[in-house]
Amino acid sequence: MPQVTMTVNGRQVMREVEGRTLLVQFLREGLGLTGTHVGCDTSQCGACVVHVDGKAVKSCTMLAAEADGAEVTTIEGVTPADGGMNPVQKAFQDHHGLQCGFCTPGMVMTATALLAENPRPSPQEIRDALEGNICRCTGYHNIVKAILAASGQDVSALAAE
Amino acid sequence: MYNFDFVKPTTLQDAIAALSRDEAMPLAGGQTLIPSMKQRLAAPSVLVSLTGIPELKGVCRADDGAVCIGAATTHAEIARETAAIYPAIAALAGGIGDPAVRNRGTIGGSLANNDPSACWPAGVLGSGATIVTNTRQIAADDFFQGMFTTALEPGEIITEIRFPVPEAAAYAKFEQPASRFALTGAFVAKFADGVRVAITGASEGGVFRWREAEEALGASFSPEAVDGLSVSADGMIGDLHGTPEYRANLVRVMTRRAVARAQ
Amino acid sequence: MPKDHGIGAPMKRREDVRFLTGKGRYTDDINLPGQAYAVFVRSQVAHGRIRKIDTAEAEAMPGVLKVFTSADFADKGGVPCGWLVTGRDGQPMREPKHPILAEGKVRYVGDAIAAVVAETPEQARDAAEAVIVDIEELPAVIDMKAALAEGAPLVHDDLGSNLCYDWGFVEENRAAVDEAFAKADHVTTLELVNNRLVPNAMEPRCAVGDYNVATGDHTLYTTSQNPHVIRLLMGAFVLSIPEHKLRVVAPDVGGGFGSKIFHYVEEAFVTQAAKVLGRPVKWTATRSEAFMTDAHGRDHVTRIELALSKDGEFQAIRTETHANMGAYLSTFAPSIPTWLHGTLMAGNYRTPLIYVNVKAVFTNTVPVDAYRGAGRPEATYQLERVIDKAARELGIDPIEIRRKNFIKPDQFPYQTPVAVVYDTGNYDATMDKLIEIADIAGFEKRREESAKRGLLRGLGVNCYIEACGIAPSNLVGQLGARAGLYESATVRVNATGGLVVMTGSHSHGQGHETSFAQVVADMIGIPEDMVEIVHGDTANTPMGMGTYGSRSLAVGGSAIVRATQKIIAKAKKIAAHLLEASEADIELKDGKFSVAGTDRSVAWGDVCLAAYVPHNYPLEEIEPGLEETAFYDPSNFTYPAGAYACEVEVDPETGKVTVCSFAAADDFGNVVNPMIVEGQVHGGLAQGIGQALLEGAVYDENGQLLTGSFMDYAMPRADDLPFFKVDHSCATPCTHNPLGVKGCGEAGAIGSPPAVVNAVIDALQRGGYTHVTHIDMPLTPARVWAAMQR
Repeated sequence: MPQVTMTVNGRQVMREVEGRTLLVQFLREGLGLTGTHVGCDTSQCGACVVHVDGKAVKSCTMLAAEADGAEVTTIEGVTPADGGMNPVQKAFQDHHGLQCGFCTPGMVMTATALLAENPRPSPQEIRDALEGNICRCTGYHNIVKAILAASGQDVSALAAE
Repeated sequence: MYNFDFVKPTTLQDAIAALSRDEAMPLAGGQTLIPSMKQRLAAPSVLVSLTGIPELKGVCRADDGAVCIGAATTHAEIARETAAIYPAIAALAGGIGDPAVRNRGTIGGSLANNDPSACWPAGVLGSGATIVTNTRQIAADDFFQGMFTTALEPGEIITEIRFPVPEAAAYAKFEQPASRFALTGAFVAKFADGVRVAITGASEGGVFRWREAEEALGASFSPEAVDGLSVSADGMIGDLHGTPEYRANLVRVMTRRAVARAQ
Repeated sequence: MPKDHGIGAPMKRREDVRFLTGKGRYTDDINLPGQAYAVFVRSQVAHGRIRKIDTAEAEAMPGVLKVFTSADFADKGGVPCGWLVTGRDGQPMREPKHPILAEGKVRYVGDAIAAVVAETPEQARDAAEAVIVDIEELPAVIDMKAALAEGAPLVHDDLGSNLCYDWGFVEENRAAVDEAFAKADHVTTLELVNNRLVPNAMEPRCAVGDYNVATGDHTLYTTSQNPHVIRLLMGAFVLSIPEHKLRVVAPDVGGGFGSKIFHYVEEAFVTQAAKVLGRPVKWTATRSEAFMTDAHGRDHVTRIELALSKDGEFQAIRTETHANMGAYLSTFAPSIPTWLHGTLMAGNYRTPLIYVNVKAVFTNTVPVDAYRGAGRPEATYQLERVIDKAARELGIDPIEIRRKNFIKPDQFPYQTPVAVVYDTGNYDATMDKLIEIADIAGFEKRREESAKRGLLRGLGVNCYIEACGIAPSNLVGQLGARAGLYESATVRVNATGGLVVMTGSHSHGQGHETSFAQVVADMIGIPEDMVEIVHGDTANTPMGMGTYGSRSLAVGGSAIVRATQKIIAKAKKIAAHLLEASEADIELKDGKFSVAGTDRSVAWGDVCLAAYVPHNYPLEEIEPGLEETAFYDPSNFTYPAGAYACEVEVDPETGKVTVCSFAAADDFGNVVNPMIVEGQVHGGLAQGIGQALLEGAVYDENGQLLTGSFMDYAMPRADDLPFFKVDHSCATPCTHNPLGVKGCGEAGAIGSPPAVVNAVIDALQRGGYTHVTHIDMPLTPARVWAAMQR
């Protein structure tokens, strides 16, 4: 079995994996990082989005072996070590951008990647960026609002929407 | 999925050697292959990753002005790197799938797969691009040979795609509401010597050139030039998401919109 | 200034922190030592006779512990149905056995035939492929009307018919309704389909069974909305495990929308397999498996007729509906097209005569059961569509025709002709509010602006009413329910004053941990962080019926109120003793007990401490400790209602519909947490708009599911939806529960589909496509375009 070495949330890990082991299985089952979820098997839902070398990818559609040597960041890795929340996470709470929480880690990781590329996205740009992340609970209203707020934009007008 | 040996060569030569093994398959971004392997629809015994080969990556400009894109370049990189030099291709790349898919999926993988609903075949055929492999150069007109079928021989690897840059071009697609693949997409490109129109998503034969529109647009490159044309529903795909008649309508509508966008 | 805590405050959700940081604990996150994995061998044909199952090769494969077939469950029961509907002929519905693994026949694509348990999921899957199933394929019945035709193949041979029941409601009204139609000035008729939907909670179902051989205790971890119900059904009817030896845990659950109410065969399988193998057994559905095996929703085919006077007064309604049950009866399936549908056909209107006929039909498809709204969306859709069509035919404004027929505020309580009594409401007020927030006055200007861009703009308006918190138990028992519909709560006060509230409700996205705490904190006058909410584990919550049907706050919240009232009553006795005052003089405010008219007081915490350290305590009068349980059985349903408006643009070249705006004016009665309420409405709207424009489960004539993944089943995505305008200020509090609340979880999904379809028809009519009076959902671009071509 091939051996892979990668840096996950700042920590170097080395494991033997089968060729067919997906990155998400490696994270969830191998490393116990269960914040990354599996919501589909066709690469559509985005519950499994993590960052590989700073880019958002669907960890259910990437082999663990392909991440050999990479820097991988999961929802656990973007959470401040002191137990609080980062500004994106905080904005999701402040604006009720989640309900059941299952799609949420993927949403946060996609939003974080978007804001790194586009620090002040428009609502339409946010909706476009979420094309690969399905939420069944929120109707997206409060997710878009949370991401706008996380980018420092005024969302008070949306309260009346 | 079924298990397999995974190899990740760092040179093209090693990749070609690895692909000569029994039931070996190349793996590019994996955005189509991995889901189909998960469904156990594909069962390679060796999977040869093409993502670790530097010579297959990147965008550059050839002496003749062509935009050359390495086969293992991701859609996201292409969208960024071609924005200034071939905006229609950049827009096409930037509209494929979703951001995470664009960060993994590659142009070479998409072309080798030749999904009848994929965007790249329209961009490549519409541009009259050349597909460069480890053994030869293939004109786009010869490359696409029907749904999921290409001119590639077993073990042959796409290394680069060379796009001549037209005077004006644009891509317009109508998305299938669930998968967001192209229900029908039209790529139009106006060159000094004529107009090319390539349609994806619509035909049972895969991507095709709409010659009638090319002719009409060659005479007058304007949206109105498409208005009088009609498209036969014969040979168009009919499924849950649209009848052949509906797709035939979209061929005309999307072509018209692409022309308007290219103005 | 909005309140910052207590009832009515938009408090941020406490559960969010764990979900946002990856620390949620969903069923698939649970891994037990020695755990093995189950994979099911599922039928690839819709209907067939099992000739032989050969497991030998699979059993010899690496890592395989055992391959199970129906023979392994010969002494076990089938999965039971929780509701008995009686037909017009007075006969009980036809009720087939639903075995854990197929016995003799397979009846839908995905029906479980065998199951492999192995050391790893991949080994189990490899072996499942090696199980050889010899099936004689039989003709399948997919279309409901075809299933009822003479000589149609039978889904269940022993039942002799594919008709589950033929239900008439109210049967005694039938002749009077027919007479009203015979005399009516005008009759509007509409035939429509309420499209079959796949609930698609984002967390696929998962179950982990565990067995302790030393104690004989079973534990099932499962993705359920109601763990106590699963324990009762599975323990008593399927596996014969007494409840005290069976614990069911539904930890964090990633959405349900109805689909996780039901007891599924996989739950019984892992529970039993864990005992047989002496190992924990986990099963996690793939999304593809979820599409095939989660109970679907809706799937009604209806003909509705509305009789009106020439000035638009509703005189009678007559409907005939075929309702798909699928291949087996899921837990609550029979009740959905009947008691949750027929009883709502009066809508917000004074229609005096109503007759509803429902034929429930078995087909070779996955079972159909409750999905967000469950019966009420079907009622609302047909009623609000036929009203719109009638308004157009009579040349009356669609808002005016509704107003003309509204039940007026002074008519409550209102006895409808379909059994239910609405306690309160004000439909004119929600309509007025809607007209304001939707800026209906500005529509014409927006329409002209759309027209300049070549797009056809339309406005759709409708009303809805729903019945939530179904109850009381003695009534639903008469209607065929095989369970009570109360809710429970235990409030445990700790010695130092903090509280733990154990509720029989279950949260899978609703935010109960936040809003229930607000209720208790408000009643006592303490901060919310002193109140912990516990749910989802039969081992530490009282017997409760779980969460569905927008019942949690109205029924579960009421139980919490009752239990907290008991706590306060006892605490007052203790306080009276400590303060040497009369109990009648004790007041509780801001967490402090005081003697009325004096400055003497004792703090909440001191009273709690006295209860557990009863040194200075009236032991001869009351017991030590401070813990109370209440069961609340409501005296009536609650009736949330509202008015919705949708504006769309239709692209005439492609048929694509864009929702430009959506406004919802709801009456939910009192509101505990407005932020959560708005979020619930948003989510419901997205599902309703999804039903109207995007979603539809389609089987081909052979029973293959064509929409078996997100590649073909269109889920609403962020770019399919607008920002919503929602308002819940027109509140008429429920008159019969202590909080005055009505429920908000399903409203959006119930009220929105007709608004969208009405808007599209309006756009096409205004655009000159006057031949288009109806298009069946989902209004996909291809369907809208095709309708325009005719």
